[in-house]
Amino acid sequence: MSRMTRRTTAGVAACLTGVLALAACGGGSSFDEGTGTGSTQSAAAGPVTIKFLITSNGPADVKLQQDTVKPWEDKTGNKVEVIAASDRNQQLTQGFAAGSPPDLFFTEASSFPTYAKAGNLLAYGDQLPMKSDFYQGLVSTFTYDGKFYCAPKDFSTLALIINTDLWQQAGLGTGDVPENWSALEDVAKKLTSGKVKGLVIGDTRDRVGAFMKQAGGWIVSPDQTKMTADTPANLAGVKEVQKLLASGSASYPKGVDAGWGGEALGQGKAAMTIEGNWIKGAIKNDYPNLKWQAVELPAGPAAKGTLSFTECYGIAAASKHQAAAIDLVKYLSTEGPAMALAKGLGVMPSIRSAAAAYKGAFPNDAAFIAGAEYAQGPVTVAGMDPVLKDFDTQLQSLPAGDPAAMLARLQKNGEAVLK
Amino acid sequence: MPSRTRGSSTRSAETRSGWLFTAPVIVVLGLFLVLPILVALWVSVSDWTGRGSPLSSSVSFVGAENYRQLLTEDTLTRSDFATSLRNNFYYVLMVVPIQTVLALALALLLNQRRLKGRSFFRTAYYFPSVTSSVAIASVFLFLFAGGGSINALLAFFGIDGPQWFADPRGVLHMALGAVGIGNGPDAPGPEALTSRDFMGLTWWDWLAGPSVAMLTIIFLVIWVSAGGYMLLFLAGLQNISADVYEAAAIDGSSRWRTMRAITVPLLRPTLFTVLTLGLIGTWQVFDQVYVMSKGQPGKTTLTPAFLSYDQSINNGEWGTGTAMSFVLFAIIIGFTAVQTFALRDRDRTPRERRGALGRALRLGNQRNPRAGGMP
Repeated sequence: MSRMTRRTTAGVAACLTGVLALAACGGGSSFDEGTGTGSTQSAAAGPVTIKFLITSNGPADVKLQQDTVKPWEDKTGNKVEVIAASDRNQQLTQGFAAGSPPDLFFTEASSFPTYAKAGNLLAYGDQLPMKSDFYQGLVSTFTYDGKFYCAPKDFSTLALIINTDLWQQAGLGTGDVPENWSALEDVAKKLTSGKVKGLVIGDTRDRVGAFMKQAGGWIVSPDQTKMTADTPANLAGVKEVQKLLASGSASYPKGVDAGWGGEALGQGKAAMTIEGNWIKGAIKNDYPNLKWQAVELPAGPAAKGTLSFTECYGIAAASKHQAAAIDLVKYLSTEGPAMALAKGLGVMPSIRSAAAAYKGAFPNDAAFIAGAEYAQGPVTVAGMDPVLKDFDTQLQSLPAGDPAAMLARLQKNGEAVLK
Repeated sequence: MPSRTRGSSTRSAETRSGWLFTAPVIVVLGLFLVLPILVALWVSVSDWTGRGSPLSSSVSFVGAENYRQLLTEDTLTRSDFATSLRNNFYYVLMVVPIQTVLALALALLLNQRRLKGRSFFRTAYYFPSVTSSVAIASVFLFLFAGGGSINALLAFFGIDGPQWFADPRGVLHMALGAVGIGNGPDAPGPEALTSRDFMGLTWWDWLAGPSVAMLTIIFLVIWVSAGGYMLLFLAGLQNISADVYEAAAIDGSSRWRTMRAITVPLLRPTLFTVLTLGLIGTWQVFDQVYVMSKGQPGKTTLTPAFLSYDQSINNGEWGTGTAMSFVLFAIIIGFTAVQTFALRDRDRTPRERRGALGRALRLGNQRNPRAGGMP
C-alpha cells in the first residue's frame, strides 16, 4: 500500500470510530437520580408539555385520548404529548431507572403496589376534590400504606354474558336468568348440546375469584394485611367451579379451542360466558352478528359477588410537571371527559356522579354498573403478583386438581409475602 | 518483494491500522455488552429497587444475600427458579443432540460432489437462521394452534393432536405412566418421589420431562438452528482433503466405517464449536418463550432467562433477577467445561492439547494451510 492510501485509510477509520462512538454514547437518557421526596412542586410558570403514556388497542384509542385532553390544553395553554406504549411495564421501568419517566401514565392495579413501594409514584389522591365521588372499592384498591396514591381512571366488572339466540332455542325465557348457583348449573346443562358448552369461564383467579367472593370469601382480608385464602368459603367457591367443569356443561376456553371467553361466545362454542365490559368492543369488532345480553352474576351462598378491574392515573415522583399533571387528572375525572372515554373505550366512569349518565347512554349495561356496588377489587400488595400467578397455574388444572391443596398453597405463599 | 529493512515501520503502521479498525467494535461491545454485565453483577450484590441509577450513593452492598435467598430459602421464587432450570435442562437435552446430528447429516448430504442444486439447498436450509425469530415464532403459533395445520395433518393420519400450547403434561410423566411408573401426568406420582424435594420441587416434578407445549418450541429451534450449524459442518467437511477418503477406500473401508472412524474424528474442532454454541444458545432461550407462551401453560415453558426478565421488570425484584442470570452463567460455564473435557484429544499430552485447543478456538481450522476460516 502506498503512503498516501495508508494515511487516507487510517483517516477514514478514525472518522468512523469517532462517529460510532458518538452514536453509541449520545441520544440516551441521563443518569441522574430521581427527585427524592413525594411532595408536590409548586405550579410552574408558563406553559409546560406533559408526557402522557397510555396503553391502547390501536390508533383510534390514541386519537380519542388526544381529543379528550384538547379542551384542557386550550384552557390552560399546556400541551399534552400522548404516547402509546408498546410495552408499558418495560417503558415505565426504564423511565424510573433513568430518572426521566413520563409525567402521567396508566398504572395497572397489579403493578401499582410495586411502584408505590419503590417510591416511584406521587401520592396525590388526597388533593383531589372528587375523592369522595370515586367508588369506595376503587379508592381502597389504590391506597398503599394509608395514602391514596392515584385517581382511578375507569373500571369494569364481570357479568354473565348470554347468547340470546341459543338461550331462546333452548326454550328459556327472561324468568330463567339464574339467580343462584343451582339455577346456574341447571341453565348451563340445558344450554349444553353437541359441541356447544353451556358456560365457558376463564381459567384464572380473575374469573374463578368471583365464585369465591359469592361464597363470602376472598384471597386477602379487607385491609390487605392478612391472607384469608384457606377458608371454607373460598373452598366452596372453587369447588363449585370444579363441579361445573366436571359436569360437562362448563369448560375453560382452551377446552373449546378458544383464547378467551369472548372468543368462545362469538364463535358459537359457548352459550354463556363470564366476562367484563371489554367484551362489548370485542363483539362489535369481531362478531357483529352476535345477539347478546349481559345479566348480573348469580349470587352464591353468602351474597352477590363480582370482580372489578381498574387502572389509575399514575404521576411519577420524578416528574417535573406534577402540578400540571394533577390539574389534568382533575379535569379527566369530571363527568364530561369521563363519559367521553367510557363511550369510546367501553369502560365505566369511576365517579359515582356519572353513573346516571352512563345508564342513560348504555341502558343494556345495567348489569355491569350494578356490579359496582358489590364488586371485589384486585389484590394490591407489593410482591403478591407471582403468588397470584402461581394460583392461576394451579387453577388451570382444576378439573382434576385438589381445591383444598391449591388454597393451602396460596395461603402459604401469600403469608411469606405479607410477613 | 518487501525488503526486511522496512519491517518495523510497516509493522507498527499496520498495528495502528489494526487497532483503528477494531476500535469501533471494541467500543460498542464494551459499552453495550461488558458494561451492562458489570452493572448487573453489581445489582445482584446490592439492594437497588429500580429507582434512579444503580450506581448512585443510595444503593448499598448486600453481599451474597440475593443469592442466598434465591438458592436456600424455601420460597415461591426458589421453586419457580427450580422449575425454570428443569424446563431448560430438558430443552437443552433434546435440542442440542438433535440439532447437531441433523446439521451433520445435512452437511454430509450437501457435501456430495455430484449433488445438483447444492447452493439452492444450502440457502433453503440456512434461510430460517436469518429470518426474524419473532416472525417465525408467530407463524409457529398459528401452525400449532388447536385447530391449526399440524393437527390437521395429524388428523389426516387418524391421530387426534393435542392442544399444543395449552398442554402442560410432561412427556416423561406420560412415558413413565405408560410403563407403569406413576399414573400418568394427571395423577400424583409414586410416594417415594413425591415425599422428598430439592429446591422446592419434588423429585417426581423434576422428572416431568418437557411438556407438550415445550415440544413446539423445541421443534421450532431445531428447525431454525440446524441450518446455521450445517454451514459450520460443511466448512469443516470441505477442509478434509480427498486423499484421506481415497486412502480409506483403498484400505477397503465401508461408507459407514469411513464416517465413524475418519470423518467425525477429523470434524472434532467443528463439533466442539457447534456443541459449545449450541449449549450456550439453548441455556439462554428467551425470544421464543416471550413471544409464544410467556412461561405458560402451567409454568412448563418457563426458562431462567425469561424468569430473570419477569422478576426484574414486572416484579421489581432486581437483585433476585440479576442473581438468577449469574447462576445461569455459572451453569453454562459448567456445562461447557464438561463438554470440553469430554471432547479433549486423548492422543496428545496436555501441553500439546492446550496449543491445539488454542489453534482450534482461534479459527476452528485444521492443519490445512489452504483452507480459510469458518464462515
